Formats: sequence, structure tokens, C-alpha cells
Amino acid sequence: MSAPGTAPQADAGVLLAGRGINKRFGGVQALSDVSFAIRKGEIYGLIGPNGAGKTSLFNVLTGIYTPDSGNFVFDGAPLDGLKPNEVAKRGIARTFQNIRLFANLSALENVMIGRHVRTRAGVFGAMLRNPATLDEERAIERRAFELLEYVGVGRRANDLARHLPYGDQRRLEIARALATDPKLLALDEPAAGMNATETESLKGLLERIRGDGTTILLIEHDMKLVMSVCDRVLVLDYGKKIAEGTAGAVQEDPAVISAYLGGDVALNLKGAA
Amino acid sequence: MDIFIQQLINGVTLGSVYAIVALGYTMVYGIIQLINFAHGEVVMIGAMVAYSVIVALAGAGAPLPPLAIVLAGALVAIPVCMAVGFTLERVAYRPLRRAPRLAPLITAIGLSIILQHLAMIVWSRNPLPYPQIVKSVSYHLTGNPNGATITNVQIAILAVSVAMMAGLMALVYKTRLGIAMRATAQNQAVAGLMGIDVNKVIALTFVIAGGLGSVAGVMVGTYYGIAHYQMGFLLGLKAFSAAVLGGIGNLAGAMLGGMLLGIIEALGAGYVGDLTNLCHFADWSEALAQRCAVDPNVVLFGSNYQDVFAFIVLILVLVFRPSGLLGERVADRA
Amino acid sequence: MRAILDTKGNPKLAWAGLALVGIALLVLPFALAAMGTAWVRITNLAILFVFLALGLNIVVGFAGLLDLGYIAFYAVGAYVYALLASPHFNIHLPFWVILPIGAAVACMFGVLLGAPTLKLRGDYLAIVTLGFGEIIRIFLNNLSQPVNITNGPQGVTLIDPFRIGPFSFRDTEAFLGLAFSGPIKYYYFLLVVLLAIIVINLRLQDSRIGRAWEAIREDEVAARAMGINTRNMKLLAFAMGASFGGIAGGMFSAIQGFISPESFILLESIMVLAMVVLGGMGNVWGVIVGALLLSFAPEVLRYTVEPVQQALFGRMLVEPEVIRMLLFGFALVLMMLFRPAGLLPSATRKRELEVRR
Repeated sequence: MSAPGTAPQADAGVLLAGRGINKRFGGVQALSDVSFAIRKGEIYGLIGPNGAGKTSLFNVLTGIYTPDSGNFVFDGAPLDGLKPNEVAKRGIARTFQNIRLFANLSALENVMIGRHVRTRAGVFGAMLRNPATLDEERAIERRAFELLEYVGVGRRANDLARHLPYGDQRRLEIARALATDPKLLALDEPAAGMNATETESLKGLLERIRGDGTTILLIEHDMKLVMSVCDRVLVLDYGKKIAEGTAGAVQEDPAVISAYLGGDVALNLKGAA
Repeated sequence: MDIFIQQLINGVTLGSVYAIVALGYTMVYGIIQLINFAHGEVVMIGAMVAYSVIVALAGAGAPLPPLAIVLAGALVAIPVCMAVGFTLERVAYRPLRRAPRLAPLITAIGLSIILQHLAMIVWSRNPLPYPQIVKSVSYHLTGNPNGATITNVQIAILAVSVAMMAGLMALVYKTRLGIAMRATAQNQAVAGLMGIDVNKVIALTFVIAGGLGSVAGVMVGTYYGIAHYQMGFLLGLKAFSAAVLGGIGNLAGAMLGGMLLGIIEALGAGYVGDLTNLCHFADWSEALAQRCAVDPNVVLFGSNYQDVFAFIVLILVLVFRPSGLLGERVADRA
Repeated sequence: MRAILDTKGNPKLAWAGLALVGIALLVLPFALAAMGTAWVRITNLAILFVFLALGLNIVVGFAGLLDLGYIAFYAVGAYVYALLASPHFNIHLPFWVILPIGAAVACMFGVLLGAPTLKLRGDYLAIVTLGFGEIIRIFLNNLSQPVNITNGPQGVTLIDPFRIGPFSFRDTEAFLGLAFSGPIKYYYFLLVVLLAIIVINLRLQDSRIGRAWEAIREDEVAARAMGINTRNMKLLAFAMGASFGGIAGGMFSAIQGFISPESFILLESIMVLAMVVLGGMGNVWGVIVGALLLSFAPEVLRYTVEPVQQALFGRMLVEPEVIRMLLFGFALVLMMLFRPAGLLPSATRKRELEVRR
């Protein structure tokens, strides 16, 4: 295990490496020189105070914005200049902080749409309904049902997405993302708005997903969840990486404490000690 | 050179009318992000109402100077159009303020059709000749006796337009109502929390836009000497293009866009025929040369394509610079 | 309609219902012809508008892109047919060659317009498509100089009817003791094409492609994050809608035998949009109902408004055409205010429009 802050190596175990990512919005440096590496099969936490650049990093990673400099290498190949749909095709699926389901489609249809990128039927297939297309349709539907069961909203398959309770919507978003067969599942605050019981069962789901071979990148404010489920954690503050390492090590890091409690508090603590 | 100056003057005159109409689009868009598709119809109603007043007064032989008669027409048209603007907002747009974008656009199209056909029933199916009671006087601008001129009507249109633009700017930037409008444009919810009656401000925006539109209608009628129940459509579309060209939601942009579009149209109409005259290339082909010997104007695109320019400008701007020339300076939106 | 088509739920009733509808549609033209051949022509035009509305429904209803210049593609199809099957250039290709060409040319125009503009937000796209429609019309009006391509405002006349060998759709023929007039033959042809287009629409909606369109309509950012190439999918919707319009235009040319730019004004675009909106965006059956309602409305009004006014006022105050337009305008406004999802809303569209109000 590398020490916190070490530059990422292009070793075989790395699934996603970010190198010197910079992104500026007008006068705000949202990300400055952020480097990190996520290994295959781990749950990698991304934390930091509000406005630290977590979601910006997500958006740069998933092709919604282009970084001003720096690049990502995913699964052995760079992601430079790829559009969001191409990133999804390469195997990174995401959820959104403020849930973005296809609200007026059923839960099942939402997940079926997630299969789009791994299926082929075109206009002529749709019009002619040849056996290959019909087989594919059946496979899409079957897989979508499986995934709904997997995340635990199988009973709500035919309900409209927006009629689902909040926690189920979060889970549905995860199912929809999983439908794209991702190698990396990027979750943007999946526990936001959940109560303790729901969060606990979300934790179980995350571990199961990882157990089934999908690497997870997790933005989360619920420190209890982060510390209990993440193998390693990257801490951002004002767009800069201030720490990277195991959950335990990061927790002890004075820079992290200072970022979370405020600089003055940290100084005072030092003074008191 | 004289042709150029003449087209420029025509363009600026036309452009100032576009600008006034464009202000109506841009104000409404700035405040509630709605394309008031029926605004062109408000302009048409203004022209029509003023037409009736002018014809009545002139026909009755009222002992008034011609200018006063036109002014009376405008003074009646303004409140009518304000009322139309107010009604449109109240009846068709306010209930849809939170609906998906397409819904108010579709009601606006419906309103356009209703207004057009009501106007057709009230006035006429045929173009109405606007009484030319103000004697047109031309002033020469160059030494050439057949050269560029500017008419008193053109001067009046320019003067009125500039005065209205200045008045609107003063209203938006110097008055309490203006502050309320700008605040509402920024954030309706917060403006409401600050004690601004958002509904009233939005309604007033439509009223002001209607007032501006009515004057534009009178100017167009007087300038072209004609009014027609369908005149609002193309005029409105061009003015909307002008607003987009300048940067929709931006008052200065609407003025700039209007002027530019007027000039582009005038110069385009004036020169496109000559520029696309295939006889420039007569020596390239024997057949062409023979044809040019008979008719020296084998024109690819003549001035009958004038109306295309506005649409091409609109498409080019939206494709290459959707924020328009002056962008959408958020602080400036009214 | 759905109950009738539900062959699984109640097969006997469903098939009996379908058979009845089928027989009614087969007998219809003769019943209409008994009232006057004009009614068969009116019905044929109504079916053409159903085509157009279904084509526009792909763009507006499925993919959620507002197109206000749709009639331009109809115009392109109509002119392609007219120019390739009339004395104007003295070219007389058979219809089964020209219709695909018309569809392809219209499709090309759709892509040309769509490629640069589809990234625009909804209402801007609407205005740009409107501008495009007007540009096409202005060109059709003026492309008679310096080389006469479109024959300008006079339009193209003497357009060939559909013809297969010696069998022409213009002549009346007796068969089984029944007189098959030209319009009646066209009716059957249109009926077959209509069935095909309905099936295509229903299948498209319930397919991988249809779901991708719906995803874009619901949330474009999320759709892209799910790996949907939104630009290509929107272009596809545009191209398919345009092709439908092109085919309908070709048939219009042949059936009318005469076309001019006047048939392709903005109001026609708005009319087709109104059909889609009135019936229920995204719902194939709703759109068909909307198209039929608005197509037959002027005829119904012609036979009611005039006598009523004569009876009431002793003379006609307002022409039926004007009343039709007024009703049409009010229908658009009132539909949006009180029934935004249309007369027969599709399940998803209805819920979306209701929740956001």
C-alpha cells in the first residue's frame, strides 16, 4: 500500500488514474493539480467540505467538462476528449447528486435504458422485429428485472420512477448505472437524505456490488459510511488534494482535520496542545 | 456610393423599428425566459387601431395638423396594445409559468392565430392603404441631385425610436419599477421574498412591451403605407431574430441587433442581385455569354430573397454564438 | 382502440372488433363516393395529414424536439415528385422510384438542418426550424430565375399520377361491378401505407431506439451519462420525421396533380403540430385522432357554419375558414391550459405535463 500523497503509478492493479487535473471556472480554480489512482476492486472514497471540487472532479471524469490540463487513464487507455456517452461506453457509470432519473418512465424502463449502450438493435431492427431484435429485447428486459431485484426495488418495476420513495430512487439510479455494465461505478452522494437504516442497507449494497467485481468511486458526506465502507479515501479542499490513503490514516491527518474544522480551530488545537 | 448611403438610411430606419419590436421580445424573455410568439400580432393590432383612428379623423375632416392625427392614432393604439399584452400574459402565459417550455410556446402560436383572424374580421382580409396624410419631404444628403435622400418620415421614425429606447433604459435603470424588473429577472423567488410583487412586475413588462409594439406598428404602417392582418408575423420573426442577434434578454443587444438586421437586410436586398449576377462570369461559358448578351442581369438571387436574410442571420447566430453579440450579461437582463 | 387491439387479453372480441373496423375501412370510400367524390378526396388528404402528424410525432412526441418547420420536408418530397414526374422537365419516372428518392432528399435536408441546430434548447430549436421552413418556401417561390427549377409561385402542374404499367390511378375502372375511381384507388393505397406507418410508429416507440428518444425527452444529461449518443439519436428522430414528410409530400403531389409553394406555408406546419398536440404528444392513436379531427373540421364547418349564419342573420358574416382558424387557435390555447397532454394522452407524457404544472 502506497503512502498517502504518492503519485499514482501505472501499475497493473490501477483501474483509473487521474494525473494533474486542473479545471477553472472563471475566477474559481475548481480543481488544481489533482492526481489519484483507484485500484481494481476497491471502494474509493472522495470527500471534502462543500465546494471542495468533488462534483467538479466527477464531471471532468465523466466528460461533462473537459479538464484545462491533466488527463485520466482508465483501464489502460486515456479518456481524453471523450464525450459523456463515450465515457459510459468505456465503462464508467455514474449517479447524480440531485437524482436524475427519467421521472416519467417506469423503474423498469429506466434500467432498460441503461442497457442501451451494451445493445445494438437499430431502426430497422425496431421496425422489422427480426428474431435477433426480439431476443435482445427479451434479454434487456430480463437483465433489467434482475438488476431491480439486485438493488431491492423489484416490487416497484412498473411504477413510475418519480412515484418511488426517495431511498428507492437512489437505488434505482444505481441499478440504472449498473445496467451499463460498468467497470467503475461512480456514485455522487448516494446516502444523501437517507435515514440510518437506509444508509446501513446501502452500505450492504455497495459491498455486494464490489464483491461482484465492480470498482466503486464514492462521493459522500456521511463520514460513518465512508470510514466503514471505503478502502481508501481522497480528500479535496479548495480544489486541491490534501490527503489520500486508508480511511484510518486520512482521519488522523492534520490537514484533513483543519479543512473540516476550519483553519483557526486547528491552530487553536495546536496551541492548546 | 449614393446607393450605399441610401440603403444604409433605409436600413437604419427599418432597423430602428425592428429594435423597438425586439425590445418587446427581449424584455419578456429576460424576465421569464419565454418567447412571446404573439408579440408580432400586438404590433399588427397597434398598426390597425391607429389606422382606424387616422382614417376616422382624416375622413371627418378634423381641423388638426396631419402630425397630430398620426399622434392621436398612436395615442389610442398604445393603451389598446398595452391591454392586449396584459391580457395575453394574464390569460395564456401566467397559468403556464411553471409548465414545460413547449406549452407556452404553443399557446403563443394559438394566440397569434386568434389575434390575426380577429383582426381580419374587424378590419379586412385585404391590405389596408395607410393614409399618407403626412406629406413626405425628401432631403438630399449628397450633392448628387438623384442621390441619397432621407425623408421627414424616416427622421421622425428615427427620433421616436431613439426617444423610446432612451426612455426604456431610464425606466429600467433609474426607477423603482426597473429595479424590481431586474430583480425579478435575476430570481423570481428571491425577488418575491424581498417584497416585490412578481406577478405585477411581469404583467407590467408585458404592458410596456405592448406599448412599444404599438408605436412600432404605427411607424411601420406610416413608413410602408400599408397595414395587413398578417403583417405582424414576419415583422415579429425578424425582430425576434434581431433580439437573438444582439443577445436575447439584453436591452442594448436588442437595439444593436435591430439596427444591424435592418442594415443587413437593406444592404443585402440592395446588393445581392448584383453580387450574384452570373454575367460577371460571362467569359467562363459560351452559353452564359450568349444569354448575357440578351439580358445582362442573369441574377442568381435577387432582392426577392430579402426576407431570407433575417432567417439566415438567426440560424447562423444560434448555431455559432447562441448568446448573441452582446452575450447575456446577467446583470443587464430586464 | 387499445381494447380492440389487445389480441391477447380477449382474443375473440379483439379479432371481431378488428374485422369490423377493417370492413368499415374497406367499404368507407364507396359510402363517401355516394355522398360525392369530393369526400373521398377529402378523406385522402386527411390520411396524408395523418402521415404528417405521425412523422412529426416521432420528432416532437417521442424525442421531445419542437419542430415548427416540418412542412418544409413535405414540400421537398412534393417538389421532388413533381419535378421527376411531370412535363416541367419532361421527366416521367415511376412513382415507386421517386417516393424513395423524395424520402431520401427530405431526410438529407433533415440532417442538414438538424446537424448544426440540435444542440439548441427547445424553444430556440422551434424558432430555427420555423426559419428553415420559411427559407425553403421562399426558395420554392423564387427558384424560377435565372434557371426555372420550381416554376415559382405558379407551381408545377400536370403531375403524373401513380401508374403501374397500364394501370393508372387516375382512371376509373369497373371491377366486380363497382366503379373504382381514381380517388378510391388512392384511398386503398393510402390505407395500406397508413397501416404500415402505424405499425412502424408503434414498434419504434417500444424499442431500444424509442426508449433512447424518451430518455432524451425526459433528461438529456442523464441520457448521455447512460451512454446514449444524444446527438445521433436526435438526428435520427429528425431524419426519420423528415423522411415520413418526404414520402407524404410525394403522394400529395401525385394525388393533387398540381402543387405550388402556397401549400407549404408556416400555417401548415403549425396545423400539423396542432394535430400532434391536440391528439396527445407521443401517443400514436391520439395523434391519428387529432389529425383526423383537424382535417375534417373545415369540411364540417363548411356544412354547418354557413347554413346557421344564413338562418340567423340572413347572410354570411364570417367565412367558415376564418371560424375554423379561430377555433383552431382557441383549441391550441385551451388544450395547453386545461388538457396539456392532449385528448388521448400517452401515459408517460400525461404524467409529465401534469406534475410540472
